Amino acid sequence: MNWVNALVQGILLGGIFAMAASGLSLMFGVMRIANLAHGDLMILGGYVAAACATYFGVPVWLTAVVSTVALGALGFAVQRLLLDRAMRVGEFTPLMVTFGLSVIIPNALTQMFSNDAVPLGIGALGTASIDLAPGLAIGWFPLLTLVASVFVLTGLHLFLYRTQYGRITRATSDDSRTVRLIGVDNRRVYALTTVIALGTVALAGTLYTMRQGGVTPFEGQLTVLFAFETVIIGGLGSLWGTLAGGVALGIAQSVGAQLSPDLPLLAGHVVFLLVLVFRPQGLFGKGVTA
Amino acid sequence: MNLLHLDSVDAGYGDFQALFGVGLTVAEGELLALVGANGAGKTTLLRTIAGELSPFRGSVCFAGGDVTALPDVRRARLGIGLVPEGRRLFGSLTVEENLQVGAATGRSGPWNLATIYDLMPLVADRRDRKAAHLSGGEQQAVAIARALMGNPRLLLLDEVSLGLAPVVVDRLYASLPDIRANGMTVVLVEQDLTRTFEVADRIACVLEGRIVLTGAAGELTRDQVTAAYFGTSEVVS
Amino acid sequence: MNVSVSRGGRAAVLGVGGFALIVVVLAALPYLVESSVTGQLVKLCYLITLATMWNLLAGYAGMISVGQQAYLGLGAYVLFIVNDHGFDVYTGTIVVSVVVGLVAWPVSYLAFRLRGGYFAVGTWVIAEVVRLVVIRFDALGAARGRNLSTITEDPVLRRAYTYWLAVVVMAAAVAGTYLVLRSRVGLDLQAIRDDEVAASSLGVRVTRGKRLIYVLSAAGCAAAGAVICVSSLGVASPTQIFGVQYSALMIFMVIIGGVGTIEGPIIGAVAYFLLDKYFSQSGVWYLVIIGAAAIVVSLYLPRGLWGLVSRHGRYAVFPVAHRVLSN
Repeated sequence: MNWVNALVQGILLGGIFAMAASGLSLMFGVMRIANLAHGDLMILGGYVAAACATYFGVPVWLTAVVSTVALGALGFAVQRLLLDRAMRVGEFTPLMVTFGLSVIIPNALTQMFSNDAVPLGIGALGTASIDLAPGLAIGWFPLLTLVASVFVLTGLHLFLYRTQYGRITRATSDDSRTVRLIGVDNRRVYALTTVIALGTVALAGTLYTMRQGGVTPFEGQLTVLFAFETVIIGGLGSLWGTLAGGVALGIAQSVGAQLSPDLPLLAGHVVFLLVLVFRPQGLFGKGVTA
Repeated sequence: MNLLHLDSVDAGYGDFQALFGVGLTVAEGELLALVGANGAGKTTLLRTIAGELSPFRGSVCFAGGDVTALPDVRRARLGIGLVPEGRRLFGSLTVEENLQVGAATGRSGPWNLATIYDLMPLVADRRDRKAAHLSGGEQQAVAIARALMGNPRLLLLDEVSLGLAPVVVDRLYASLPDIRANGMTVVLVEQDLTRTFEVADRIACVLEGRIVLTGAAGELTRDQVTAAYFGTSEVVS
Repeated sequence: MNVSVSRGGRAAVLGVGGFALIVVVLAALPYLVESSVTGQLVKLCYLITLATMWNLLAGYAGMISVGQQAYLGLGAYVLFIVNDHGFDVYTGTIVVSVVVGLVAWPVSYLAFRLRGGYFAVGTWVIAEVVRLVVIRFDALGAARGRNLSTITEDPVLRRAYTYWLAVVVMAAAVAGTYLVLRSRVGLDLQAIRDDEVAASSLGVRVTRGKRLIYVLSAAGCAAAGAVICVSSLGVASPTQIFGVQYSALMIFMVIIGGVGTIEGPIIGAVAYFLLDKYFSQSGVWYLVIIGAAAIVVSLYLPRGLWGLVSRHGRYAVFPVAHRVLSN
């Protein structure tokens, strides 16, 4: 039963990874930008939520909204002020800029909040669970996060495939110069893409923080790897692949932890490397690999 | 009334200058054909009109306003539609999605999915296919349809017949009268002189980045145009 | 028109001669100045080594790595093993370079499955895996770090030896990079950097060249890791020596100095060395400013400080590019 439990907890954990990874996948798909600061932005989202609750007494459910909106706005600024220019300067410049952000964010957070965790408690919801069998319980909150991430991914899918702006976004991903000939400013598409990517990752960061009960500045160095691994395991360009990738990574970590308390990270990385060796296009993807 | 007017336009790519002092006027509702050898500057001229390229010197006026400083996005919304060399469809989108995206100019007019499908049954047939999986002729038809969806006032067609079988090209040209029926102005680039004389109201010959001959199609002879094409004799425009 | 192809001629002789002179002067320093000065210079030497190695990957072979700390950390940890088996730490550093280079070779097959930004993150994951594996060995101090088992007893000699080791490693890294880039492989690589599609017509030579660079860069980073280990008599914590902040450091130095030149990383290393010496007390704001500076320079001065000095590459101390001269 321990193993079944590990499997179930892994699936629930995977929801957060998938939600965090969707924005990373979207930014890469539309702009070919691999956002090295994605994990730090996720943690920043967690900080915005935790700080709102701790210092301003904002109701916990509302912190998720505040964080999503705040990071979305930050995404607009980052795209307009930094990434648009970086894309013109050189192939690797966006990578360097996002790496610079990944140095700035955790250190600035340390300066403002110290290295100690800023708490974000969710009260009774954090411990409430459905007992399915002895030794097998599904926590209400982890279930909620999985449902939320399915909602986010479905929403993204509907946006991309059922709306005119979504079609324009995919067209821009195919050929950013040609969309201009039909009156689409590709920079507006980029801005919207980054707003969505940072908004969703902030929501993921908030849920992650709630799940852990708090957040510390340098966790982004871990979450960025989880997000990238999710995208590669699932396969690029497929939102449902991203969900599968998140779940696969979640199961790997959770089963790893079942084997030994110090193994979850290594187990996750090893699954990632195995996918790279045996199925480099990912579980569902067309692939960006060589 | 003149819809498009270019005055002493110099343009090119980086250090390479492809157009030298080009002046050109196109009247509303007219079909102007650009004729010239490969590398003469025809594509550069179309791209300069569409705003993909900004000229080093000179001015571009469209519908009574100076658009020289406007980027391609703004010109598309004003009604300049370019069907680019190489078609440049959105390969991962279906045919219908390509057309829907074409409406992003936000302009209203006679063209919408229904009228396009009516005009081009072949495109209607393929509406659910991915654009990347179409044949060359089908792609070209979709590229034209996509530009029409933006309801432009000026349609620029860059060598629609390139690499296509003559029978396929015939079919594309067959839809030209319907496209022009609503008063659409067209500038097209075509290598085939016979076809050019069939469809054009006026012809402009481009030689080494300069316009060396312009005239009404009815008043020019094939020999004059051929001479201008190869630059074999002095011609005065 | 007469056309000849030049690769620096007299300037090259001056550059190489000047570099040799600097190395000789550096080598003589322990006899001339106090050990606190050479102690500082040990740091400068390994910074130059690291910057040069990162630039070799990114600036010449177009591979942006965020995971060179894998090889830096391995350098330190392999030195423990080599040292435990009776090698002194100085000749041991050579063994470490070779061993880590041999480890990097099979790893490259894994890393090369990814491109661009995903290559960057892939190298980072690999570094994490190396760290997580290393800390499973109790003999290597597990998660606590450990000290070198045998070191030179006499502190004066030890400081001098450590310093000479750092100078030799730095000189070898710079000279090695120069030689590689002037070789056939170097030409292939600069072709890749300029246009990978065109260069792929060079066939398998491209991948082989990239692999060679990857292995050499790993060996160089390992030597730098060994120097860091020797100068602090061990590793305080595996989290630190395998930390991504070393990648941040390398990227910062190369961007500030100028990517894709031999001179740039050296300038960048000196710039960082001075910044660190005078501002590192100002806490984490200093790191925030480092990150911001990297962003500003990569956006507004993409050729770095050396790009300013060399006026867009017209002057070079280490000319590796061919130049067509028309007479």
